[in-house]
Amino acid sequence: MADKKFSGTSTYIATDDLMMAVNAAVTLQRPILVKGEPGTGKTQLAVEVATALGHPLFEWHIKSTTKAQQGLYDYDAVARLRDSQLGDDRVHDIANYIVRGKVWDAFESHVRPVLLIDEIDKADIEFPNDLLQELDRMEFFVYETKQLVKARHRPIIIITSNNEKELPDAFLRRCFFHYIRFPDKETMERIVGVHFPNLKKQLLREALEAFYRIREVPGLKKKPSTSELLDWIKLLLAEDIPPEALRSEDSRKSVPPMYGALLKNEQDVHLFEQLVFLDRRSRTQ
Amino acid sequence: MLTRFFFMLREGGLKPSITELLTLLEALKAGVAGTSVDDFYFLSRSCLVKDETLFDRFDQVFAAHFHGIEDAFRALVTDVPEEWLRKQAELLLSDEERARIQALGGFEQLMEALRERLDEQRGRHEGGSKWIGTAGTSPFGAYGYNPEGVRIGQQGSRNRRAAKVWDRREYRNLDDQVELGTRNIKLALRKLRKFAREGAADQLDLDDTIDKTARNAGLLDIRMVPERHNAIKVLLCLDIGGSMDDHVRVCEEMFSAARSEFKHLEYFYFHNFVYESLWKDNRRRHAEKIPTSQITHKYGSDYKLVFVGDATMSPYEIVYPGGSVEHWNEEAGSVWIKRLLKTYPKAIWLNPEPRQRWDYTPSIKLTRELMDDRMFPLTVSGLDEGIRRLH
Repeated sequence: MADKKFSGTSTYIATDDLMMAVNAAVTLQRPILVKGEPGTGKTQLAVEVATALGHPLFEWHIKSTTKAQQGLYDYDAVARLRDSQLGDDRVHDIANYIVRGKVWDAFESHVRPVLLIDEIDKADIEFPNDLLQELDRMEFFVYETKQLVKARHRPIIIITSNNEKELPDAFLRRCFFHYIRFPDKETMERIVGVHFPNLKKQLLREALEAFYRIREVPGLKKKPSTSELLDWIKLLLAEDIPPEALRSEDSRKSVPPMYGALLKNEQDVHLFEQLVFLDRRSRTQ
Repeated sequence: MLTRFFFMLREGGLKPSITELLTLLEALKAGVAGTSVDDFYFLSRSCLVKDETLFDRFDQVFAAHFHGIEDAFRALVTDVPEEWLRKQAELLLSDEERARIQALGGFEQLMEALRERLDEQRGRHEGGSKWIGTAGTSPFGAYGYNPEGVRIGQQGSRNRRAAKVWDRREYRNLDDQVELGTRNIKLALRKLRKFAREGAADQLDLDDTIDKTARNAGLLDIRMVPERHNAIKVLLCLDIGGSMDDHVRVCEEMFSAARSEFKHLEYFYFHNFVYESLWKDNRRRHAEKIPTSQITHKYGSDYKLVFVGDATMSPYEIVYPGGSVEHWNEEAGSVWIKRLLKTYPKAIWLNPEPRQRWDYTPSIKLTRELMDDRMFPLTVSGLDEGIRRLH
């Protein structure tokens, strides 16, 4: 299988270490676990890997109630019960009531697919353990129909986690691991660059300046992330705000415009306004 | 060569398994990494470390192994002083402090002096004595002024790009020794949860009913279950005022996290040490005291007792009657804590003071003995350790 190497896409900037981890996972056909601050593009990574390598993407989003079994298949006993009471003929074949999950779909794919298991930490603490066998051997057994489902091509499995729960060691040992660090200024400029190619240099510089200043405010409950920066720049462009308005030297307007896009909770906005107020006062003195 | 690296990682407190080492070798064989050290660094980290809080340790071991520098490794094992690696909040200096930097000959000179001192310290480290870090009044408290200018990493002056990646120690903030946020504490406290179905079976278990009915060929088979509760009960005693003022923020976070995590949480305040009474409302502490004996009667021994306090005081306050700084206590604090511990065998003491300082403060040593060594630092990992002792 001659695999292409993943090296980012026109809309996604991948750092060297991220590329290495993805390529290792692709080559060795093992799952890759991606962690990082919210909004640093963990989920996006799967989409981009699928696009870059030209593979179909299957997304399995995990909720707190998701069971590992649901990714494989569901036996819809209720539908069967109803059919049996209505005297439907389908009821005699149990296979009619087996609903395929995302993992099954991915296993059945005719070309090598990318399977995203999004926010695995949301589920029950035992969830990852229940998937060990399936991820290792890439096969599972359907008890109702006595059928073994085996992956035609081992999918590239990308798993994301927000660190809400610790994942079991046995599970971790089977994965490659990557932690998406918050991008530094240089990387951030490239990221913004691919999203807004026509952005004026000056606006970009001023916006990043203001953005990192806000991130450095000590005591923020939720620091603004990459995705929030991109939203904010979109707003700035939509409102046609001149770069000068972002400059902090202007003492009358040192609150960046539309900062609501960056700060998402009341206490943070409050704290920020207070700091700006103090700052302004010390400057006028 | 890799086997040695592997064992060094294990010595350094990381726990890579053989499977993971084999994965790394397999990846190398498959030619995933090129020939550069950088590639190897990224690949080995991705294979061997599965927790970003351990990246910093990995970086140090990596640097030590691949530069053949044993010092760094020894420093790691004997606990790298975190005081060096300064926290964000401390970056904001007051005007006075800035003036002091100026008085010392300006920023450049200060940095020069710092560099010298760090070099010197590295030399002494081998001898086993540590001397930077505890003196809070040192002018070097100011070096957080520009953390970018100071390289704390072991081999910062190497000019090979490859060396920089791990020497920069960018993951130091993620080390679980450092910061406690409300969320972190909640996650740690969550480990204390023990869900149990208690009481009458009064909820319809829909899934089980459907399942049983379906398996019963359509004949209804109703299933009931009791509601799920977090069965853990916590008694939280917080030291307040005096020397605890420095730790107010972290204690507040601890408290607010604990409050939202447990249904059965009772909290009380004390000053410096527990005596015959505690209080619930700090503003009215003199008016509304609750006798400690009443607490031990009211809350059964299935409660888990958690003290939060720096235990920093004069030893008299613990061992002598009348030792309290606030009032005349008939019986010594040590007597009262023993009574509490007798009622609540599952108890820990969380101390916001850094662990390195514990041995130098007699009252902390004393408290630790009284607690049978169940004292833990108020950090995420300390909390983790403590909670394990509570089970």
